[in-house]
Amino acid sequence: MAYLELRELRRSFGPVVALDGIEVELDAGEFLSLLGPSGCGKTTALRLVAGFDRPDSGSIVVDGKDITHVTPSRRDMGMVFQAYSLFPNMTAEQNVEFGLRIRKNRRAARRKRVAELLELVGLGHAGKRYPHQLSGGMQQRVALARALAIEPRVLLLDEPLSALDAKVRVQLREEIRRIQTQLGITTLYVTHDQEEALSVSDHVAVMWSGRIEQMGTPSEMYGAPATPFVAEFIGTMNRLEAVVVDGTSGEVEHAGARLMVDAARGRTKGERVLVLVRPELLELEPDTNGGGGENMLAGKVLTHTFLGSVTRLKILGGESEYIADIPTARVASLSIGLPVVARVPAAGTRLLNLSEEPASGGPDSGDL
Amino acid sequence: MRRRWIAPSAVVWLVVASAFFLIPLIATLLFSLRSLQTGKCCSGAAYSLIIHDHQFWTTIRLSFLLSLETIAISLVLFVPTVYWVHLKMPRLRPVLGFMALVPFVVPPIVLVVGLLNLYKGSPSWFYDKPSGLLAAAYVILAFPYMYFALDAGFRSIDVHTLTEASQSLGASWRTTLTRVILPNIRVAALAGSFLTLAIVMGEFTIASLAAFKTFPTYIQLVNETQPYEAAALSLLSFLIVWAAMLALLFVGRGRPRPAGAATR
Repeated sequence: MAYLELRELRRSFGPVVALDGIEVELDAGEFLSLLGPSGCGKTTALRLVAGFDRPDSGSIVVDGKDITHVTPSRRDMGMVFQAYSLFPNMTAEQNVEFGLRIRKNRRAARRKRVAELLELVGLGHAGKRYPHQLSGGMQQRVALARALAIEPRVLLLDEPLSALDAKVRVQLREEIRRIQTQLGITTLYVTHDQEEALSVSDHVAVMWSGRIEQMGTPSEMYGAPATPFVAEFIGTMNRLEAVVVDGTSGEVEHAGARLMVDAARGRTKGERVLVLVRPELLELEPDTNGGGGENMLAGKVLTHTFLGSVTRLKILGGESEYIADIPTARVASLSIGLPVVARVPAAGTRLLNLSEEPASGGPDSGDL
Repeated sequence: MRRRWIAPSAVVWLVVASAFFLIPLIATLLFSLRSLQTGKCCSGAAYSLIIHDHQFWTTIRLSFLLSLETIAISLVLFVPTVYWVHLKMPRLRPVLGFMALVPFVVPPIVLVVGLLNLYKGSPSWFYDKPSGLLAAAYVILAFPYMYFALDAGFRSIDVHTLTEASQSLGASWRTTLTRVILPNIRVAALAGSFLTLAIVMGEFTIASLAAFKTFPTYIQLVNETQPYEAAALSLLSFLIVWAAMLALLFVGRGRPRPAGAATR
């Protein structure tokens, strides 16, 4: 039986449906990230688990006990907030000690635990400092130590890194994962940053419009997105609208080009589909024979975007735009304006029905 | 290091402002130091007479106790109210702000007539005692000062996050209020308290019309018959208020900055 279960959770704010019957099961010691754009309901879900809000229907079960109607102070959930939440009138030590004092732990035991936790988050030297004497990253470390001090049943993290600069964010997310693994604590993490979610989680649940679109391991989410929304939200994706020409061989037609796609096998002829191709899977080469060739999309290089070891090229082919990531060392041979062909691999592409598109909105798809 | 210059116009304004505040005080001081017999400078007789007048001590003690009572009632009433409004019903903030302005709009003389009528049927331990009727009236008078000070204090902290952080750690509402929220609005509560102290120590109209002998009514009584002593009394009351303000500065000095303050 799962350690943390969210069963058919629903929550509305007036006419706005924030959560539309989400179901989550998480085993003890696992790390789940709720990932999605602003307003998708991920923070609402976390607040329901913390007890700061009540669901309209559904239940929350921890270790076999229904805690849906238990007050937040009796849930034993450690929480790290997006905003700096340290008590300004207390030192770092006193902040970490707060939950232990509430539980009336013995003074010596409290002191020992506080010292251990501050060491764990790398702040053994800063225990006497007040929050305003700590940097943002240090404050969030203390907040993490404070949440862990009470030995919570579930650790809840509500975008704890969003106020920090990029370097500290990467450093701290790795520390959060290290500490979570070390302590084996069941963790629910809310973020809108897909890189963050993929890098630290055992499982990722992508949310959209109050529902969980897909839940799986980071590699499943990246490699096998179940919906166009997930495909767009996790990484960048080329979306090629196509029509199935031959379901036996897996041939589809996109913008006049014939493509052989393994995933199209077994589809009905004339079916309208969406072929999803990751930018790193498109193979680019200069067009030397007028754009022809099997599984080739012809176009011209429109822009270069330097991303470090790879460079992202935008290709304009007719009315469509494609994105390809190529090693930066090869960019010199693919200058802006050069006619090129992009080879679409038969394997590794995903195929979705066009009807699976979100009804409206969605993440920024300007790249596609 | 570059030396900082003060603009001549700033010096002029500083001198004018200082003169505006200091000249009446100096004049009052000089007047209070005149001899009771000859009217010439300088004698401490007025101060001596005041200090040896048992009514001075009785009325100042009463006014001071009334101040403390008003402060205590106001804090008990308004801290949880303002906290709850900030936390759960932020839409009510303008309503409370409007209500807090009422004591400014309604003249004290109208207020006292209304209050006397309102409380006419109340028990004598309340109606006949300054600690009952007067304290109730002073809580209303102090409402705007206490409310706006507390409101500013609550706006300077992240009430929601601090409350939720405290509760997630197992704290009850009472513990959250007393150990997390109150210490972080302490300066605001002190500001409201000392403004209340200043108001109660100087309030004349309600006390006089309700026929209670407080410190301001004593000053008025002295003023009618003993001008030099009245000047001495005015200065003494002024010093009391100043001492309260200094106490506020002293107590509030060096407090940790709120959570939203800039970090290193």
